[in-house]
Amino acid sequence: MSAMTERTVETSGGSTRVWEMGTGDPVGYFAGLHGLPAWLPLLDSLSAHRQVVVPSLPGYPGGYDYEPLDDVLDWILAARDVHAASGLGGADLIGASVGGALAAEIAAAWPDAVRRLVLIAPYGMYVDEEPSIDVFAQRQELLSSIISAKPDAYDSYVDTPDGEDEVEWDLTRFRAQMAAAKLLWPLGDTRLAKRLARITQPALIIWGADDQVLPPSYAQRFADAISGEASVCIIEGAGHKVEFDAPDAVADAIGEFLNET
Amino acid sequence: MKFLWFHLMPYPDLPDDFKDKHESVWVNIDPGLFDPERGHEVYNEYIDELEFAAEVGLDAICVNEHHSNGYGLMPSPNLIASILARGTSDAAICVMGNSLALYDPPTRVAEEMAMIDCISGGRLIAGFPVGTPMDTCYAYGQNPSLLRPRYYEAIDLITKAWKADAPFAYNGRFNQQRYVNVWPRPVQKPRPPVWVPGSGSVETWRMCADNDFLYAYLSYFGYKASEAVMKGYWKEMGAMGMEPNPFQAGFLQAIGVAETRKEAEELYAEPGNYFFDTCLHLSPRFASPPGYTTEETLRARLSSQIVTAANRSNRFSGSGINRGAERKMFDEGHIIIGSPDEVADKIREAAIDLNVGNLLMLLHFGNMSRDLTNYNTRLFAEKVMPQLTDLFEDEWEHKWWPEPMDAAKRVVQSEAAE
Repeated sequence: MSAMTERTVETSGGSTRVWEMGTGDPVGYFAGLHGLPAWLPLLDSLSAHRQVVVPSLPGYPGGYDYEPLDDVLDWILAARDVHAASGLGGADLIGASVGGALAAEIAAAWPDAVRRLVLIAPYGMYVDEEPSIDVFAQRQELLSSIISAKPDAYDSYVDTPDGEDEVEWDLTRFRAQMAAAKLLWPLGDTRLAKRLARITQPALIIWGADDQVLPPSYAQRFADAISGEASVCIIEGAGHKVEFDAPDAVADAIGEFLNET
Repeated sequence: MKFLWFHLMPYPDLPDDFKDKHESVWVNIDPGLFDPERGHEVYNEYIDELEFAAEVGLDAICVNEHHSNGYGLMPSPNLIASILARGTSDAAICVMGNSLALYDPPTRVAEEMAMIDCISGGRLIAGFPVGTPMDTCYAYGQNPSLLRPRYYEAIDLITKAWKADAPFAYNGRFNQQRYVNVWPRPVQKPRPPVWVPGSGSVETWRMCADNDFLYAYLSYFGYKASEAVMKGYWKEMGAMGMEPNPFQAGFLQAIGVAETRKEAEELYAEPGNYFFDTCLHLSPRFASPPGYTTEETLRARLSSQIVTAANRSNRFSGSGINRGAERKMFDEGHIIIGSPDEVADKIREAAIDLNVGNLLMLLHFGNMSRDLTNYNTRLFAEKVMPQLTDLFEDEWEHKWWPEPMDAAKRVVQSEAAE
């Protein structure tokens, strides 16, 4: 396995961190809530067969300032610019949670820019009969247990590593929450549902069976709304942070999908 | 010194076990707890109390805006203020205030406040709060990251609209209007005085100084809890080269006057308990939506280089006052109680210490009855206020007080009805 490398790419909105690992056909990855304060085991698994390309979205660790982004269009264009600048045009794209909402937008708006789409518990939809919880009205000390099935491990993952400035690290985490809230406030409904039918690419929807944030029943709603061939994979014992909670199961499902379609 | 009689309008019948059985008095309070027929009585009583305060000579009567809030029954303070504009003749009408980011377009605030200023003959104080997280982000669904930019833009738009002598186009980040043209025009020129209730952030202090606004720190925990914030405010004003005019600042204080301290303790313990223990039962889930606090302020708090006083004493809760903890409530100055002389001495000491020339007073708090409220108000007006009204007046000019029309020109409601 090769080592992770970091580079910086420029877009009209600012410069962005891009992490990469592995060789082969590139596959893009947009992270979810909190972004990527550190590398994820899931990405190790994916990089065994592919070049994993992980750009940071505005507001998340490694991303540029999200302040000028006022509305959903601003966010979509920023995400697409970062995606294109990372050299991901035409590649497979994976997006988790808030990154999933933006990955789906790119696939809908620029069909040629995304070959196949993997959505991991994507935001963007709100169903009256099955409301998502308000992830932005939770006590900070309880948040990990709400978003992850392995809250202690997740706390360690986002905790300040040795040698890092604690204040700056905390601010990075808060900033990621602010960025998520700015796109998703108040309901997490970006009106993505209006655009899902534009997605004609093959798609895989992965959800944690124990997701306390977004109901797992949303998975089938996404699959039904997408015009391309879409399948659903529900992973037992995993919460909203399914890519953290069950990296092997997620990597297997993605590997199978990308090899077979 | 100016004395403003401030009503929060709490719902007075929250159950004794409210704190045990309900998560929060604000945002997700059970609508089943509100009896509209009781609401009818309470609104009328509260308006009576405000009018009584004006009648016995308080300098101003004051209302504010809260949403989905069991201790604040004024989602629209302008409705109450318009009633008061008719029902009173001399007191200033302080709307403290309208949460500007919630009005789309914010010219609505310019219009309604101009109406109140006209109806009252130029007695309006225009309060411009950014609004609490509970009111704005949770109850009203405002994006926390955009709340402050919207607020600053609304201030710009409203003050321009009041001053403009011709219709103009406004092309803001959030508001686009081809024709901004506020009819009616406010009586006060170039605009009513603007007061800003704040929570102790440096950027709000600077904004007030730059725009000649009055800054008021509205903590429910009284003068002792306000001390660090007001000292910080004056230090910043000094650094900006502003003169320390006490009339450019206000603070909030609950007060209970009686003939003796002992009588005051007996009278005000129960409503104090109701206020601090029941009314301020607020879920911490709703205290800090991501983006409401700016990154600059967050950094300051995290790095502890500037531990803001607002951080140390939360304006709304966190003081840990439980039912029956009257000692804490009274001794720590959350409520100033005592005989008229004792109360006057405490207020004088606090006003001089904080260098504040405007006292916003809760003479009604918790579930006080109309009789007790009016007793408190009358004693204050007759026996406390005269001892303090000259404070600061010789030394400083109050440039943030309404300038009404000549009394002779003003319509008085009772005469108009004849």
